[in-house]
Amino acid sequence: MLNALRTLWLVFLHLFRRRETIRYPEVKPYLPPRYRGRIILSRDPDGAERCVSCYLCAVACPVDCIALQKTEEEGRWYPAFFRINFSRCIFCGYCEEACPTYAIQLTPDFEMCEYERTNLIYEKEDLLISGTGKYPGYSFYRVAGLAIPGKDKGEAEREEPPVDLHGLLP
Amino acid sequence: MSPIGLGLINVFFILIALVAVAALLTWIERRLLGFWQDRLGPNRAGPFGSLQVVADMIKILFKQDWVPPFADRLVFVVAPAVVMVAVLLAFAVIPVSPVIGVASGFNIGLLFFLAMSSLSVYSVVLGGWASNSKYSLLGGMRAAAQMLSYEVFMGLALIGVVVIAGSFSLSDIVAAQRGLWFIGPQFIGFLVFFIAGIAETRRLPFDLPEGENELGAGFHTEYSGMKFGMFFVGEYAGIVLISAMITTLYLGGWQGPVLPPAIWFLIKTFFFVGVFILLRAALPRPRYDQLMAYGWKVMLPLALLNLVGTGAGVLAYQYSS
Repeated sequence: MLNALRTLWLVFLHLFRRRETIRYPEVKPYLPPRYRGRIILSRDPDGAERCVSCYLCAVACPVDCIALQKTEEEGRWYPAFFRINFSRCIFCGYCEEACPTYAIQLTPDFEMCEYERTNLIYEKEDLLISGTGKYPGYSFYRVAGLAIPGKDKGEAEREEPPVDLHGLLP
Repeated sequence: MSPIGLGLINVFFILIALVAVAALLTWIERRLLGFWQDRLGPNRAGPFGSLQVVADMIKILFKQDWVPPFADRLVFVVAPAVVMVAVLLAFAVIPVSPVIGVASGFNIGLLFFLAMSSLSVYSVVLGGWASNSKYSLLGGMRAAAQMLSYEVFMGLALIGVVVIAGSFSLSDIVAAQRGLWFIGPQFIGFLVFFIAGIAETRRLPFDLPEGENELGAGFHTEYSGMKFGMFFVGEYAGIVLISAMITTLYLGGWQGPVLPPAIWFLIKTFFFVGVFILLRAALPRPRYDQLMAYGWKVMLPLALLNLVGTGAGVLAYQYSS
């Protein structure tokens, strides 16, 4: 009985505590930079798309919400289309982990409600942002050994010129 | 104005006020529970969320009014109405102030209250039975057993008040508390009545008839829409009723200094409504056998002792004077 009264009193005292509620639309909650929200496609510092359509994100995706198609242009790989169905996406971040070029990234933004389900299918134009996202300065083609117009074999960063194996010179 | 006209105004006023308060309590309870859990509770619709009631009403009225095909249709529909009718009728005998009150001078008012509060058991039992599902039936059975047990010492606790006041009429009982509120001489009776009242309204910690974690929702598992709403509002009206009865019987009813009588009555009543909600926020539900043992082994002897003590005290007082 006394225990019950003590409980009552202690619960009553909670009337004067600070509220834990965050009044959401008026007060935005703090989201850490690594929060896994809306997915974006970033660009490299030169403004070109980072995505090389390797399909690793689509493979890693546990709910198969990513669809893309590879196309090639002067040695560079691009996605012809890149589509994320956000009504399926579970924001696990596996696509970001799988991406070899830091192209696909999750952002601290979750306010993407729609009245129509089809509006949750984001195309490449909706996903691409103008900046580099979380990895400034990284450019896949600048560090990769792949030859593209304007950058031949051996001209990438931290890359030696290719050795001519048939030459006799030391 | 003629007495009949005045009486009709009284009836109308009390009816509207009681239903409105009972509906508003759904919001008050949610807000208070929120506060006691360091939350805010519903605070969106209208000022401080007070229009939440309207929103809930609109929603519940437009819900599909569905009767399960396996239910006993007639009883299923009647059951929720019984609780409302019983509680509203019981309010007739409560004197809100010297002038406000439908039949506050009724010479067996207290018995009428006991009868009506017992009738509301039928609603729960019939609802549980007519639903024709095991959870509902279990809830109804529990309600029947619980209320039978707790009704016993509820009545016994009230006898102490009757012995002192010398009348079953509630306005006489209020008048008898002019010098000293009965919560003083009848403190044990007050406690016993309060605990029985919680059990009577099926509120936490005595809400075993609808124990969510074991029975779904107990006797109203199969109910939806406004029929469920009736049970719900009936429960809140029951809280107001028990609080008003505690006020009338033990806290001097409408008596109090400075403020008008009706305001005093409301203040006291709402204090106990708050206590009801605080109990829900704070206390866990006992096991069913604990509930029964508590009722029969603790509360009943306590009520009897209180009755014997009160009787002896009143006799001694009469002989000495």
